[in-house]
Amino acid sequence: MFQKRLFLPVAVLVAVMFADAPFMILAAPYESTMGLVQKIFYFHAPIGMVMFLSTFVCGISSIIYLVTRRRSADHVAIAAGELAAVLGVIVLVTGPLWARKAWGVWWSWEPRLTSSLVLWLIFVAYLLLRRYGGPGSDRLGAGVAIFGMANVPFVYWSVNVWRTLHPKTTVVPTLPPLMRGPFWFSVVAFLLLYILIVLIRAGLERRRDDLEALYLAAEDGVDHA
Amino acid sequence: MREWVVTCFQRMRLAPAMSCLVAALVGTATLHAQPPPNPASPPPAPATRPDQQPQAQTPTSAPQTTAAQEGFVPVEQLPNPQDSVPAPRLVASAYALVWLVLMGYLYSIWRRLGTVGRELDTLSRRLSSGTRRP
Repeated sequence: MFQKRLFLPVAVLVAVMFADAPFMILAAPYESTMGLVQKIFYFHAPIGMVMFLSTFVCGISSIIYLVTRRRSADHVAIAAGELAAVLGVIVLVTGPLWARKAWGVWWSWEPRLTSSLVLWLIFVAYLLLRRYGGPGSDRLGAGVAIFGMANVPFVYWSVNVWRTLHPKTTVVPTLPPLMRGPFWFSVVAFLLLYILIVLIRAGLERRRDDLEALYLAAEDGVDHA
Repeated sequence: MREWVVTCFQRMRLAPAMSCLVAALVGTATLHAQPPPNPASPPPAPATRPDQQPQAQTPTSAPQTTAAQEGFVPVEQLPNPQDSVPAPRLVASAYALVWLVLMGYLYSIWRRLGTVGRELDTLSRRLSSGTRRP
C-alpha cells in the first residue's frame, strides 16, 4: 500500500527537504568553540542516528526471520544491513573531516570512534557472509546481524561512560533552538530517504527470489521434458 | 578474478573465520578502550568561548580538546576566521561525500534492478515459449 500510494509523494517531499536543508544549515548560528566546521554535525549526526536505526531494523528483521522463516523479513534485513554499511562509510569519513578541524587530528583510537568502526566492520562482515557464505548463510548472517544490533548501545553510551574527545549524547537534547530546527529537519529528511531506499532495496531482493523460483521452474520443465 | 574469490570463500568456509575476526576485533577494541575516569580526578575542561583562554588542567592521559563536548553554544560571528585549517573546504568535502556515496549506492541499486528485471523477462519468455510447445 505504501509503495503504491505514498512512495512518489514521499520521494518528492524528501527531494524538497534536501533542497531546503543546506539553506537551513547555513542560516544556523556558528558554534562558539568550533565555528564553521561544526556544520558537519547537521548531516554527520543524523546519518549516524539513521545508521543505528538501520542496525536495529536489520537485527529485528533477522530475529523475525529466524523465528518465522518469512522471506520478506530476510529481504528487509539484507536491505537494512547494506544501508547500515553504506551509512557507516559516510559517518566514518565525515567524522574525521570534522575532527581534523575540531580536535587537530583526523582519527583518534578513542572509544566512540573505535566502537563505531567495529560496528561498521560487523555489518561489512554480514554483507560478505550473505554474498559469499553459501548455503545456510541466511541463518548465520541473521546471527551476525543480531550481534551487530547488540553492539549499538555500547557505541551510543561509550561517550558517556569513557572520557572521549567525541561530543557527549547530551549535545542533542540540549541544542539551542536555532540549532535544533535544522538538526531535526535533517534527521527527518534522512529518515524518510532511508525508508524509501530500504523499500527499493528489499524490492530488489524480492525480485531476486522471483528469479530464483523461475529458474527452478525452468529446471523442472527441462527435467520433465 | 571475481569467480576465483567466490570459490575461495566457499571452499575455505570463511564465514566462521570472519565471525572469529569480528569477535577478535571487538575484543581488541575492548582491551584498548580507555578505563572509566577516576571519580577522584578533576572533571574535563569545559568548552571555552573564543574570548576565554582554554583551561588545560586535564590529566595528561585524558584526551585534550577545546572543542565543545557537553553542549553547543551558538555565536553570530565565526570564532577564528583566519584559521590554518580551511573549514569551508572540510564542510564542502563532507557534504559532497554524503551525496556522492548516496547517489553511487542508488545507482548500484538501479543497475542491479535492471539486471534482475532483464533476466526475469528473458526467463519468462523462454518459459512461456516452452509451454506452448506441443
